[in-house]
Amino acid sequence: MPGLLRTPLFDRHVALGARMVTFAGYEMPVFYEGLIGEHKAVRTDSGAFDASHMGVLEIDGPGTHRALQGLLSNDLDRIHPGQAQYELLTNEKGGIVDDLIVYRRGEDEYLVIVNAANRETDVSWLTDRLPKSANFRDVSDGRALIAVQGPGALQRLELEPAASFTFAEIELFGVPCTCARTGYTGEAGCELVCAAERSVELWDAILAAGVVPCGLGARDTLRLEACLPLHGQDITPQTDPISAGLGWAVQLGKTFTGVERLRRIAAEGPDKLLVPFVMDQPGIPRQGMPIVPYGRVTSGSHSPMLDIGIGMGYVAPHKTPPGSMLTIDVRGRPLWAKVVTKPIYTSSRNYIDRKGEW
Amino acid sequence: MAAAENYPADLKYHSEHDWARIEGAEAVFGITWKAQDMLGELVFFQPPAVGAEIAKDAVYGEIESVKAVSDLVAPLSGKVVAINEKVESAPETINDDPYGEGWLVRVELADPGEAEGLLDVEAYKQLLSEE
Repeated sequence: MPGLLRTPLFDRHVALGARMVTFAGYEMPVFYEGLIGEHKAVRTDSGAFDASHMGVLEIDGPGTHRALQGLLSNDLDRIHPGQAQYELLTNEKGGIVDDLIVYRRGEDEYLVIVNAANRETDVSWLTDRLPKSANFRDVSDGRALIAVQGPGALQRLELEPAASFTFAEIELFGVPCTCARTGYTGEAGCELVCAAERSVELWDAILAAGVVPCGLGARDTLRLEACLPLHGQDITPQTDPISAGLGWAVQLGKTFTGVERLRRIAAEGPDKLLVPFVMDQPGIPRQGMPIVPYGRVTSGSHSPMLDIGIGMGYVAPHKTPPGSMLTIDVRGRPLWAKVVTKPIYTSSRNYIDRKGEW
Repeated sequence: MAAAENYPADLKYHSEHDWARIEGAEAVFGITWKAQDMLGELVFFQPPAVGAEIAKDAVYGEIESVKAVSDLVAPLSGKVVAINEKVESAPETINDDPYGEGWLVRVELADPGEAEGLLDVEAYKQLLSEE
């Protein structure tokens, strides 16, 4: 299709027989063999995702740390070189411009990975607000990002376990890359950033190690089972981190864009809160369906691991305790759903095992 | 295991990718290989009630994959006399065998003459080639 972007691994996806879709302006694989098999591979062993559509930014130079501390929600003073942190980029009203992960490489040196759909917004937001002494480079087009996720992922790659949210510069299968212990599936594993021109070599070696190639379809169902929000659906510029249950990634004691509003929401309590739910009867909730009378489903799908409909949405505070019943309007059929604990499902934790707690 | 692309010659086809196998005064309905391929692995079947009257070209149920929902469009009018319980409990049966084990409903036809308005296999294949 004309005008669409391709990642450096595009030819590999086509050769593997992937079904391609358009996502954030890129032609991306939605699945190869099948979404459900790919999803289960990540929960039981390992899967590899091409996430090269995501934005990769490098920011360094005097004043970088201080400036980012004033723009991002989490406390950057708490991470040291070699550590990563989940952040919300907030506007003056405390709304979420994007969610992103920063990787601190040095005192004033950061690698930042942002959502593909928000790359241009983030770039202009940051460049408008960073001091002149900071160097800003959008290196997305020269990099590939491959996520390898699952309880067997590290063993497949012959990598030693390391603390979550740490990273190191390594050579993997002979390819230099940044290896970060982060991901978007709720499983162990890593995200690898390498030069675009070496990415096919790295991808091929990962698959040769027995890791299953997985498309964006499984990426979405995996992150939903793990209750990780998707920007543009569960969190948006019109929603705030406190209501989204992301207060753990917000340092209200520091000064950053929108903090006054967020302090007020935290003090007064949000009007609505984002909760995970599972369907109590057959039916699949989908984005936009009404949660009667509270709001709408922000993400909904079929859970491949539980074989039931699952989702997330904003509900009134009295409906947030696990076990609370919700009514979802599934194309005119009012169906019961039950609020549950996070995560709905990962290989190590699920809401069913935690039911005794509520 | 997903079926290979095929369109049996003994079926009548609806342009919404539904098929009918006419057996005397009754017919069995299902979705075509193309329909299940576009949807992907099926995970949910919302059937009509047994005894429900369904009308040609109208929606009689829903079928869902992980990512998508599709209406089921009745190729012919009639009264539902049976639904495929195997597909209710294992919707992936449709992907495996869309014209056999993956049938959806059995209908007592209101007007067998309606079948003349449906496509034969050559006309349906022509439609697919134009889409």
